[in-house]
Amino acid sequence: MVSQAKSHHKLIVLLVIGSVGMFGFGFALVPLYNVLCDKLGINGKTQNTASSYQAMTIDTDRTVTVEFIAQVQTGMPWAFAPKLKRLKVHPGELIRTAFLASNHADRRIVGQAVPSVSPGQGAAYFHKTECFCFNQQPLAAKADAELPLIFYVDPDLPESIHTLTLSYTLYDITDKQASDALEQGAAK
Amino acid sequence: MNTLTRELNSVAEPADQTQLHEEDHHHHQAPKGIWRWLLTTNHKDIGTLYLWFSFIMFLTGGTMAMVIRAELFQPGLQLVEPNFFNQMTTVHGLVMVFGAVMPAFTGLANWLIPMMIGAPDMALPRMNNWSFWILPFAFTILLSSLFMEGGGPNFGWTFYAPLSTSFSPDSTALFVFSIHIMGISSIMGAINVIVTIVNLRAPGMNWMKLPLFVWTWLITAFLLIAVMPVLAGAVTMVLTDKYFGTSFFEAAGGGDPVMFQHIFWFFGHPEVYIMILPSFGIISAIVPTFSRKKLFGYSSMVYATASIAILSFLVWAHHMFTTGMPVFAELFFMYCTMLIAVPTGVKIFNWVTTMWRGSISFETPMLFAVAFIILFTIGGFSGLMLAITPADFQYHDTYFVVAHFHYVLVTGAIFSIMAAAYYWLPKWTGHMYDERLGRIHFWCSVISVNVLFFPMHFLGLAGMPRRIPDYAIQFADVNQIVSIGGFAFGLSQLIFLAVVLKCIRGGEKAPAKPWEGADGLEWTLPSPAPYHSFSTPPEIK
Ligand code: HEM
Ligand SMILES: [Cu+2]
Repeated sequence: MVSQAKSHHKLIVLLVIGSVGMFGFGFALVPLYNVLCDKLGINGKTQNTASSYQAMTIDTDRTVTVEFIAQVQTGMPWAFAPKLKRLKVHPGELIRTAFLASNHADRRIVGQAVPSVSPGQGAAYFHKTECFCFNQQPLAAKADAELPLIFYVDPDLPESIHTLTLSYTLYDITDKQASDALEQGAAK
Repeated sequence: MNTLTRELNSVAEPADQTQLHEEDHHHHQAPKGIWRWLLTTNHKDIGTLYLWFSFIMFLTGGTMAMVIRAELFQPGLQLVEPNFFNQMTTVHGLVMVFGAVMPAFTGLANWLIPMMIGAPDMALPRMNNWSFWILPFAFTILLSSLFMEGGGPNFGWTFYAPLSTSFSPDSTALFVFSIHIMGISSIMGAINVIVTIVNLRAPGMNWMKLPLFVWTWLITAFLLIAVMPVLAGAVTMVLTDKYFGTSFFEAAGGGDPVMFQHIFWFFGHPEVYIMILPSFGIISAIVPTFSRKKLFGYSSMVYATASIAILSFLVWAHHMFTTGMPVFAELFFMYCTMLIAVPTGVKIFNWVTTMWRGSISFETPMLFAVAFIILFTIGGFSGLMLAITPADFQYHDTYFVVAHFHYVLVTGAIFSIMAAAYYWLPKWTGHMYDERLGRIHFWCSVISVNVLFFPMHFLGLAGMPRRIPDYAIQFADVNQIVSIGGFAFGLSQLIFLAVVLKCIRGGEKAPAKPWEGADGLEWTLPSPAPYHSFSTPPEIK
């Protein structure tokens, strides 16, 4: 019977380790999914650093439609829209366009745009050499701004994709930014 | 860890007979009244507590369902505010899943597993006490949040971010803590079940002799340990996103709300099997008894259960077909989902074959078991329809999904629990239940449940969305029928309460084995089963 207590003990320890391990696994799923989506380029996330553009042959035989969508987080007092809703581009061509943002509130607000490309598989072929989404966008009360975007479509874009839709959602991160600043201040 | 080690000593005690007697003695002087129930470490007491708790939660969640159906009786907003309506659908789901179905199965496990494997009790009796007694606290917290300013959880039982983060009521922290407690309770219960089954089987009770209820529960317990911690992780991330500024699911901070769905359904799909595998065990006990034949295909049942459990980890994204996954992922999850229908079909086939040419009698447990087989199969078929990706784009988030999961959960899980209650009541109480009342309960239930849920298929196909307090006028007639079915089903369950109370208080004395075709160690014990099941291990032939 002493041996029974021992075998209980061993099993319990294993099972508790299993549960704790699965709790950790739940959190590990976050980076796991991110890495997986990144590698396979499947969730429409574009890279959040600028790509460089080397002169390349422009595939003038092919035309890809690029559409722009802009959205603002519910309740955020900004107007936000693409300057042009739709563009026809050739793969390899460097294109410059812009989005327009205006702050309707009586206070300074910091915005952060989060991009997403649809269809998701196209995201890896959409390269931005300059984008306002790489930085935070502070706008003073009642101020307007033109937010530039420079991009090109990779000539390797799969033949099956004819249209790429780039969507930006703008979030109000004023509070977050303030608390980050406080934390950084405290750290110093 | 400290409690665990103490636990071990208490289990080691029954080692020698004198000590066991001392313990018996101890029990006779054990506190009476409320203290007996608060301090009990006896598997039967704890099983009883779980079962009553589950029944109370069943009525609580049922009351919420009545509010939902009353509001939906007519189009337009009549009775409740939309926000309160959302709280009702959310808490109804949470209470039924975590309060009614899961504790009922744990209660049955407590009562039956030691008796079925020839053990004196569960392996970890004190932990058993804890795992039950934290549950009432969890549900008090959850239900009390309904009365707070801003209301209780209103984001659906699936608590998708950002509904549960950016847009949730202030009481969300309470929801999170209550889920944590429920999770801890389930995990402790699962550990107990595994240790009991692995270590306390009577000599000679080898793996392929285990009753299927024990097998299915063993596999369920492993599923619980694998996924309840993931649920705990998901609610923790919701908590920190909402209150502590993390951005797991917050796009503004670099997170991803779709990730929530991946994590949730990684828990969620195995969870639905946690709620059905023990039912398979129950049906596999009842069908042979009343068919007076051996179960057809015992070992294929074991393998089918195990393969369902493994496959259940590979299908979670069938809840997410419309989130814009790449085509190859849609196809992968579609085929894996359909693959699960194969082992499930094996089970249905085995039950039907067991009945084939048996000399069947239809006592109440068998009535519920047969209804289970037919109606659960309907739920499986609607599941297959939902598994077809392009079709799911049409059905997703409509009443068709509501019909699907109520067929598998109400006429599946709940019906099997009812069947189990009728089947083992004589063993638990020592009295036969009132067969006439039992049959009335069955027929009222089976008719009303179909009036309640079958028309929902058509509502869904016609495009009525789920989780709305108001609807387009063309859905009015069918909703009225559905609501009437709902009220009838709710009232029918009071008959069940009457049967159980009557059976506890008296009735024809039950012999040790009230069902002539029954097989299994529990029937070798007298009825009612003695306080300690097998003080000396039985002999297994
Ligand atoms: C042949 C077996 C099954 C298949 C193929 C299947 C398939 C599916 C699919 C594809 C969905 C997602 C529908 C949608 O949201 O658009 C779904 C939802 C659901 N299923 Fe099943 N299912 C099966 C069995 C079960 C069982 C046995 C249970 C529980 C005991 C269950 C419980 C649920 C629940 C609760 C939902 C809805 C979750 C929610 O969104 O709230 N299913 N099923
Ligand atoms: Cu599922």
